[in-house]
Amino acid sequence: MKILVAVKRVVDYAVKVRVKPDRTGVETANVKMSMNPFCEIAVEEALRLREAGAAAEVVAATIGPAQSADTLRTALAMGADRAVHVLHDADPARPLLPLAVAKILRAVALEEKPGLVILGKQEVECPEFGVAWPAYQNAFRYYTRMTCWFLEFWICNCSLGISTDLRLNQPRYATLPNIMKAKSKVIKKITPQELNVDIRSDLEVVEVNEPPKRKAGVILSSVDELLDKLKTEARVL
Amino acid sequence: MPYQFRIAAARRCVLTTPLNSQRGRNYATRSSSSPASLPASRRSPQVETMSRRAAERLLRRLGPLAVEPPARVQKRTFSTTATHIQRNPAYSVLNSDDVSYFKSILGDSGVVQDEDRVAVANVDWMGKYRGASQLLLLPKSTTEVSKILSYCNSRRLAVVPQGGNTGLVGGSVPVYDEVIVSLVGMDKIISFDNVNGILTCEAGCVLENLSTFVENEGFIMPLDLGAKGSCHIGGNISTNAGGLRFIRYGSLHGNVLGLEVVLANGTVLDMLSTLRKDNTGYDLKHLFIARRNLGEILSAFEFMDHHCIDLAMKHLEGVQNPLPASPYKFYVLIETTGSDESYDKAKLEAFLLRSMEDGLVADGVIAQDISQASNFWRIREGISEASVKVGAVYKYDLSIPVEKLYDIVEEMRIRVEVLGYGHLGDGNLHLNILSSKYDESVLAQIEPFVYEWTSAQRGSISAEHGLGLMKAEKIHYSKSPEAVSLSMVS
Repeated sequence: MKILVAVKRVVDYAVKVRVKPDRTGVETANVKMSMNPFCEIAVEEALRLREAGAAAEVVAATIGPAQSADTLRTALAMGADRAVHVLHDADPARPLLPLAVAKILRAVALEEKPGLVILGKQEVECPEFGVAWPAYQNAFRYYTRMTCWFLEFWICNCSLGISTDLRLNQPRYATLPNIMKAKSKVIKKITPQELNVDIRSDLEVVEVNEPPKRKAGVILSSVDELLDKLKTEARVL
Repeated sequence: MPYQFRIAAARRCVLTTPLNSQRGRNYATRSSSSPASLPASRRSPQVETMSRRAAERLLRRLGPLAVEPPARVQKRTFSTTATHIQRNPAYSVLNSDDVSYFKSILGDSGVVQDEDRVAVANVDWMGKYRGASQLLLLPKSTTEVSKILSYCNSRRLAVVPQGGNTGLVGGSVPVYDEVIVSLVGMDKIISFDNVNGILTCEAGCVLENLSTFVENEGFIMPLDLGAKGSCHIGGNISTNAGGLRFIRYGSLHGNVLGLEVVLANGTVLDMLSTLRKDNTGYDLKHLFIARRNLGEILSAFEFMDHHCIDLAMKHLEGVQNPLPASPYKFYVLIETTGSDESYDKAKLEAFLLRSMEDGLVADGVIAQDISQASNFWRIREGISEASVKVGAVYKYDLSIPVEKLYDIVEEMRIRVEVLGYGHLGDGNLHLNILSSKYDESVLAQIEPFVYEWTSAQRGSISAEHGLGLMKAEKIHYSKSPEAVSLSMVS
């Protein structure tokens, strides 16, 4: 059985994310980029399944600019067998929507024909764009849905899809011998046009702002004061 | 030339190991330091730390209280290791008038007599040295420090300055009943020049806070230690700390541009503004020494033996062994810092792969993101912490020629349980002997063998920890008597 794992290159989650001064997006120049931590867990899970004998091959896939190949190399260095790189230069004003991501992944899956697809539950940069799954589900017309600890299963058509959450496993480090081997592993490059996927986006990002700073809490002296504040300041009563 | 000798000695006195056996000497510092900026290829030029005239003034002003030749009278039976220094009767004993005077300068909050708090300040980080002080003072400004010291000078009260109290040689805690002057209240960052990369701050700033502050501005502190969460920059400078980035940024001699110092008699010596390039050229660092391969991007090269790794795995929380496959005898942690990530990564991988092909390296892992890198550092920095959990630790910090570095560990392993790790890039071994408790019989197995062995290799018995109380009398293993007498201030 083949396992397809989708990974994404994001701002390293230990880095403090900043908004660009012109407010068109998040600062990504000269910032450390790494594999999304949820995706690392997904890759680790796929590798463990292969080591347990449940799968024969692990294929990593990503959608992104040329630098995303680094993330694929990391997945290969962890132990994946092959990789697929869908080249797409992201325009910050018109980001790739979950539906487009789902369509691309579907096209890749139809070509690769895996028995299992594993994704990270969400990405750290834009969690609201997080899971491509809802769209993916619709694309595959799921029949049943079971939820268990840290995993959700969708039985979809031919493939089983799993999304992975934190603490499912501890991702392994990339060892030197594996890094050496990864250099000779194949990364197939394709474009969305070759996959016949329409990725036009209906949304345009107008402005990106930091969330408002959390205001300090206030210690109140009586219930009357609380009621007063709820009425006049918070306006919830 | 004798004149130049005095300068070298003066610097060593003030900036390297001030807390020698000279117990009466005390001062607090406000310091400005110049961290190297990122991209690391552009670094600001390092300048002299003290002008010649300032050094001479310092020598003359450190009056009679500065010298206390240790008198070998009796061994103290104490929970600490042997200290042969007897309390000098020339020092006065604290009385209530003194306490009220201090309260008038510092306010009630600045004078601590509460037993529990004073007890904590009396013991060093390893629990090896315990003083008997009854008073802890918390000044908040240079003027307050100056007033404290001038008063103590006139009353002949012994004083010990204390920073983060993370020293490993008993230099930060009282020997007897000295008044503890803690700089924990002087933790303000005064200014930061983010064009030249010059930080001016008070001596009580915690190193980790300074690191976070300058990193936010895109700079990096030139030193990093395992104790960074607690140690103060004032303490680092006064002991010329080495640490994990020494290999890249050099010693603090080259990174400290100026100091404001309070002398033992309370005089404030402002050397923050008198800094110019000194024409003796003694401390000018040669920044661009040609090195092989990773030289220009290498920022740390640490080694540890498998005993250290086992200990760290057993006693530290939240760490996983990066190389669980087979236990190796030695592990090395390498860090590079540079301006171009992909270039550095390629270089590091090429270096490591070549080392594997040549058979120098058996296996390795490369951290793929910041959190993996922090995990690696947690293991290395946590060895000290883990060793303290076992029981008592005897720590030795030796500078030894690299080819013979591990021989002493193997020799000691025959007699005691020992850990060897350290800054391989600087030839600095941290020899740690573990024992269930501090015990004279264990000590006898270690000393003076370790010092004699190091001396025979022409190494240093204190590479970066300082002499403190622990090695105050051992300086002769690494310095000739003539050099020692020049170091002693007249």
